[in-house]
This record gives sequence, C-alpha cells and structure tokens, in this order.
Amino acid sequence: MPAPRVYRTEALVLRGMDLGEADRLLTLFTPRLGKLRALARGVRRPKSKLGGHLDVLCHSDLMLARGRNLDTITGAQARHGFPALRGDLLALGQALYVLELVDLFTAEGMENYSLFQLTLTTLERLPDAGGGETPLRYFELRLLEATGYRPQLYNCHVCRRPLEPQDNYFSPSGGVICPSCQAQEPFSHPLSLGVLKVLRHYLRAGYEEARGVRLTPSQARELKLVLGECLRYHGERDSRAGAFLERVKGLPSQG
Amino acid sequence: MKDGFIPLAAPVARLIEELSKLPGIGPKTAARLTYYLLRRPAPEATALAEAVLALKEKTILCSACQNIAEADPCPICASPERDRATLCVVEEPLDILALERTRKYRGLYHVLHGAISPLEGVGPEQLRIRELLSRLQGGQVKEVILATNPNLEGEATAMYLQRLLVPLGLRVTRLARGLPVGGDLEYADEVTLTRALEGRQEF
Repeated sequence: MPAPRVYRTEALVLRGMDLGEADRLLTLFTPRLGKLRALARGVRRPKSKLGGHLDVLCHSDLMLARGRNLDTITGAQARHGFPALRGDLLALGQALYVLELVDLFTAEGMENYSLFQLTLTTLERLPDAGGGETPLRYFELRLLEATGYRPQLYNCHVCRRPLEPQDNYFSPSGGVICPSCQAQEPFSHPLSLGVLKVLRHYLRAGYEEARGVRLTPSQARELKLVLGECLRYHGERDSRAGAFLERVKGLPSQG
Repeated sequence: MKDGFIPLAAPVARLIEELSKLPGIGPKTAARLTYYLLRRPAPEATALAEAVLALKEKTILCSACQNIAEADPCPICASPERDRATLCVVEEPLDILALERTRKYRGLYHVLHGAISPLEGVGPEQLRIRELLSRLQGGQVKEVILATNPNLEGEATAMYLQRLLVPLGLRVTRLARGLPVGGDLEYADEVTLTRALEGRQEF
C-alpha cells in the first residue's frame, strides 16, 4: 500500500527561513518522525491562516502533504505559543539557545521521543526560573544523554578505573579523567569534586530534585564551562544563540 | 547528457545562468526569459541592461536613515515637511514603501537591514543599530516607533532595541498587533488573539 499523501503530527518549530515571495522553509522537530523540513506557503502574508501557528517556538498540531522533495504544511493549530518566553528578551534568548542545540544535535528523520519531551518541558520551565540557568544546565546534560554523548562520570574515561572522591579532570570528548591519566588528554581541564557530584545528581535525579541543589557562583561557572565545552566538542561549533544570550545579559537592566 | 554537449550559444547560456540565480527563478523560467529577450527589439534589452547597471552604480545608502537612495540624504530625510521628532524603525527598505502607502506617517525612518535571528547567525552587531544610536544622540527625536515584523525575530529585535532606548529617556512605542483587516477570527492563533484583546479600544 502506498504511504498516505497526507499525514498528521505535532511539532515544535525550531527554525524558519524565508523562501520566495511569502513562503517559509521550516525546520520542525516531531516526537515520532524526528526532525524534518517542510514548506509553509504564504505564511508571511498578514492574512495567512497558518502564519501565527507556525512561527519559530510554536508547538503546533500540523497536517502535512507529501511532496516530491519537501512536504508542504496544509493545516496548523497551535497548542502552545510560549507567550511568556516571547515577551521577555532573556527568556527568549534562553529558548532560542535550547532550539539551536536541538537542531545541532539531531539529524533529519531520526526519531528521538525522549529529546522531544525534554525540549518541551525545558521550554515550560524557563519562565518560572526567572532568568536562572538551572533549566539550561539540566537540559544540556540531558540532551547529551539523549543523543548518545553522556559524559563518563563514574570511571576514568582513559584507564576505566573507578574515580576517587577527589578533584579530577574533565575532557570534553568523553568525560572525567583521573589525575594520573590527565597528561594523556591535552584538552582536559580541572573538575572539582563538588561539580562532579552535581553532574551525577542531575543525571540521576528528576528536575525538581536537581533544582534544589544550591551552587556557589564558582561552581555554577564551572558547571557551565564543563557542559559548554562538551556541547562545543560534540556540536562542532559555538552556539550562536548562546553568544546572543550573553549579550542580552550584558544589557542595561530594565526600568 | 553533460551540459557541455548542449549546443547553446555562449551568450544565451550565460544569461540563463545569471537569471537563474535570481530568487524564485529556476533554469526553465530563466531560459524562457532569455529567449523572450532575444526576440524583443534591441532597445528593450539595452534598457533592461542599463537599469540593472544603474541599480548598483547609482544607489547609495542614506547616511541618516540607511535607506537605499539616489542622494544622501534621501528625499525623506531631506524633506522639510517631515516631523523630525518621530523615528520609525523598520527591518527592510521595502517596509518603508509599505508604511508610505498609508500616507499617515509623517516622521522619519531608520532601516536596520535585517532582524535579530541568533539561529541564522544574525546578531545585533550585523544590524544598523550603532547608526540608530548615534542618530538619537542629537536629542531631536522624542519618539521611536518600533515597526519590526510581528514574528519571533522582529519581536526579539524590538525587545533588544527597547532595552537600549529606554535608558535614553525617549518614548518607545511598538506597532499594534492584532487581527488583520479582512481576516477571520476562527483562524487567529492564541498570541494574536491575546494581543488583540489586550489592545481593544473603545468603540
């Protein structure tokens, strides 16, 4: 039996690129079909019926028609437009950072249901965090886990021996390295025992428990650095939205 | 069959190749346009060629509003009838055309040449924001209207500018967002409808 010409899916709009007179080429992330690209016709016209349901950062129910190269979106109904994120520059920067990482760490057509759920729940957590970065750190580590890049946190990444409860080293390529193996990994940097415990806790616990962990400013910086290096290594480039987020944080405060 | 084997005259092939680089024009359309021009009288083709040349040679960016113009300052910036206390910030030169068609706006413009889109690698430094800020130094402008597009990129740009402009003590306004004329309520998305409700007016 030939595949049906029309199919339905829910999707999160990761990116949009203007195409032709009023069309947009969208990058969608779906729970069952993975990442896919689809054409949204005429959505840049003010009277477009679909436009408001297909902006970046919309979580929508879609109907798509198979095309020769690209599938075309024929129907859309937004489930959640994340207005709380759209109305706040800092939260929006954080949300864009999440979307960029998802785009960077997924391949087209590869189903990743747990990552889809993680992404949605992370976007829902951002407004409550009031600009705090715990949801981002938790997301970063869980993203690495969901895409097969979970760093090794219990045994030395080089010699495989269990780690001693002490300050160790961290290599963005694979995880924690014991002091005696550190010389073999030129790109490793120190990792304090406290932050190692935080990483382990984040992977073991749910978000609610992870959120309860109090970090000192230096631990927060170290955690951000360790995860950032890991993402840069596996993503093979710097995050653009991450750079934007840092810029936003440097703006004069509101009011 | 390889391209080299198609017996196309070199000038024809060249124009087809150049035309097919244009947005929305594929190789078939480009070939059709090329053969159309070939059949037309020579002056017509010359006029087209001259128009294309003049496009790059005779246009400049207005040093004040960054719009594409023939002269610097552009006619809008130079006009004594324009209200110099209001400045409307738009993404693209074409947006000015749309606003001018309303004949309701009598102030000045500023073209950013894009919108903040971190995912596509467009950050604030790629836009004409520095030029905007230096324009506002004079103190003549009392109100800045943020007329960026009502999509995620446009909103991000507007919010970013708002953070930069409010400390300068200006009145910063944003174009209203709501239902389009001739639209249909049942197709409106939640964000648009929320905005339309918030911005409702005495009737």
